[in-house]
Amino acid sequence: MATEILMPALSPTMEEGTLAKWLVKEGDTVASGDILAEIETDKATMEFEAVDEGTVGKILISEGTEGVKVNTPIAVLLEEGEDASAAESAGTNKGEDAKAQVKEETKAKDTLPSDTPAAASPAAAAPKPPRTPDWPEGTETKTTTVREALRDAMAEEMRRSDNVFLMGEEVGEYQGAYKISQGLLDEFGPKRVVDTPITEHGFAGIAVGAAFGGLRPIVEFMTFNFAMQAIDHIINSAAKTLYMSGGQMGAPMVFRGPNGAAARVGAQHSQDYAAWYMQIPGLKVVMPYSAADAKGLMKSAIRDPNPVIFLENEILYGRSFEVPVLDDFTIPLGKARIAREGTDVTIVSFGIGMTYALEAAEKLAADGIEAEVIDLRTIRPMDTDAIIESVKKTNRCVTVEEGWPQGSVGGYISSVLMQEAFDHLDAPVINCTGKDVPMPYAANLEKHALVTTDEVVEAVRKVTYK
Amino acid sequence: MATRKTSDTGPAKGSNPAPKGSNIPAEELKHYYREMLLIRRFEEKAGQLYGMGLIGGFCHLYIGQEAVVVGLEAAAEEGDKRVTSYRDHGHMLACGMDPKGVMAELTGREGGYSKGKGGSMHMFSKEKHFYGGHGIVGAQVPIGAGLAFADKYLENGRVTFAYFGDGAANQGQVYETYNMAQLWELPVVFVIENNQYAMGTSVQRSTKSPSLWERGAAYGIKGEEVDGMDVLAVKEAGERAVAHCREGKGPYILEIKTYRYRGHSMSDPAKYRSREEVQKMREERDPIEQIRQVLLAGQHATEDDLKAIDKEIKEIVSESAEFSKESPEPALEELWTDIYAEEAPQEA
Ligand SMILES: Cc1ncc(C[n+]2csc(CCOP(=O)(O)OP(=O)(O)O)c2C)c(N)n1
Ligand SMILES: [Mg+2]
Repeated sequence: MATEILMPALSPTMEEGTLAKWLVKEGDTVASGDILAEIETDKATMEFEAVDEGTVGKILISEGTEGVKVNTPIAVLLEEGEDASAAESAGTNKGEDAKAQVKEETKAKDTLPSDTPAAASPAAAAPKPPRTPDWPEGTETKTTTVREALRDAMAEEMRRSDNVFLMGEEVGEYQGAYKISQGLLDEFGPKRVVDTPITEHGFAGIAVGAAFGGLRPIVEFMTFNFAMQAIDHIINSAAKTLYMSGGQMGAPMVFRGPNGAAARVGAQHSQDYAAWYMQIPGLKVVMPYSAADAKGLMKSAIRDPNPVIFLENEILYGRSFEVPVLDDFTIPLGKARIAREGTDVTIVSFGIGMTYALEAAEKLAADGIEAEVIDLRTIRPMDTDAIIESVKKTNRCVTVEEGWPQGSVGGYISSVLMQEAFDHLDAPVINCTGKDVPMPYAANLEKHALVTTDEVVEAVRKVTYK
Repeated sequence: MATRKTSDTGPAKGSNPAPKGSNIPAEELKHYYREMLLIRRFEEKAGQLYGMGLIGGFCHLYIGQEAVVVGLEAAAEEGDKRVTSYRDHGHMLACGMDPKGVMAELTGREGGYSKGKGGSMHMFSKEKHFYGGHGIVGAQVPIGAGLAFADKYLENGRVTFAYFGDGAANQGQVYETYNMAQLWELPVVFVIENNQYAMGTSVQRSTKSPSLWERGAAYGIKGEEVDGMDVLAVKEAGERAVAHCREGKGPYILEIKTYRYRGHSMSDPAKYRSREEVQKMREERDPIEQIRQVLLAGQHATEDDLKAIDKEIKEIVSESAEFSKESPEPALEELWTDIYAEEAPQEA
């Protein structure tokens, strides 16, 4: 009996793709495992394998066709003995190719190196959404602090689903150590805004269990420094379970709190964990800069079916930005934002690093150097396409972050560019990072320990040879 | 198992026939007064300097809790060790560290105990066997047991005081430590400074255990509850604990009931408790006022004697403040020092 082969969904969120190339032609016999076609999502080019054996009776979608919706029939496969006429009457066996195995292929130039090996896990294969503005033009906006934006996002999601709850130290009666949960206890009550004792390892584990059990926990760490007490549960229990259970169960939850240096709080309270969590397959890692991003990404993080590390920043909490007035404003995870367009150099940053990146861009503009500034927003999965696209234009790249240099986010970006855009680089990539020291307390030393705008400016001058 | 309560926690108003402290030498009583006053005035000054922007970051004051460290230091011998949390200024002063060096660390200057690199929460003194100054709630508990492990290993007869808060008492690592400390009979005194609040969370909101020290019973560790506003009661309890450890009987738990008058740190508005509650404590239970009354009632000292001590303390504190302002900021090269050791640390 003839079987229709349908356009595969290469991730749970993929809606359409390009049928880049047929590797078989009508009349070919194929066996299971043979590669039928190459399909491009906006993120990568994937090889599409046959599951059943038979003869390719008819190709329904010609190669080069863009915007092919998932589940559209793209070809007809004939069983032994059938002739091409059977292809015409195919259609009774839709969905068979859901069994199709999709193997991701690493193709130079338009796929990613290390971002993709976890392709089997839906998390890492999230497609790159189109680079459209975050909200429709003409939408009314409201000046909002990052603090309010985060609170609003949690409140909206808690209204939307009864299973979303917040737990952590001082989140309830104290209204949050940094006042992020202000008003939530009043609105949602102590069942859903849960004050915990100072027992990070314990309550992180309890939250993971609650996520396994069907709830959507938001765990606030008073700061991410204290999440080191809980990191075993974050990684061993939350991040790995979906995989270990063969996809049966996972931990849809958010671990959030301030991350990185505040002001003079010393070595044990000032660490930036972006690079640490970025390393973990199974986790998504978000680090917003603006209030709009904080809100839109927090809402997406709460809805995401995976554990999401949401790295906030104490210094940014009080900063104000425009946030669209929309009933349900979300920003997809995994999509970078061009914060400033430019032609001479690409500055890539995220979170508080954006402060330095944007300041540096302003200073450079005064000297006639136009920097393109990319705000990654999500560090895992990372929108490396956006970086590569920009570097193809500027041919130079500087990364900016507060964390330490060895094993940094910038270091990873450099390796991606080296592998994927080497021919487009006119200068080595420079990583501007925090200094390779524990955070000192003394005011003068702390200033030097952090990355500075001047260092970014200097790095840009180096890569532009100006 | 010893399950004693050494003193009630009611107001220590002398209704006994023999005045309290009458069996204690005047010098010793004056010493307690002096030490507690030093901490109080030092902390008040630190609060002022914070307000002036000379101290930054987190600054956790010890005001109200002075009797705890002063009483326990009186039970310690030379060479005994101590380790505590970020609320550490009192511990450093009580174990004999120089107020100038402590204050200069608070202002982040070269003359500070950590050359300005540690700050309020992270100071250390090898000379005074003070092992920090830890910012992660509960972390100092296994560290304290580890110091005791080393002492037992080296058979040097030392005892370690591991101080932690009522909030820290809920951390899992505390119980892992209890188990090993008793298993290996480590000479460590676990000192729970129960000031009734962990930031904004009262003990009643963080546990249903009626007492914190009794949790040691699950591991076979002896302990007791102590009135932490009474320096003499603390000292006596400290002596029992230290004797237990030195006799090789393993760890001991002191749950010392105390109270912090100020907010958790300088930035805490402290809305979780009433003004009256704080006021009542200060008026009825203040540890310095209590010892002052003992000194005067027992005629161990005159008002003038005490005034002289007040004056002396005032000078020490203002000198330390001066020093902390004059000491220069650390040289920029200090950013890059002390990350790796050049040679093995000295033997204990
Ligand atoms: C592991 C960890 N979690 C949270 C914090 C933030 N924090 C600092 S002090 C504190 C309260 C501790 O209370 P307690 O142990 O009673 O000590 P106290 O401050 O009363 O001396 C909290 C939650 C921290 N420093 N470390
Ligand atoms: Mg406490």
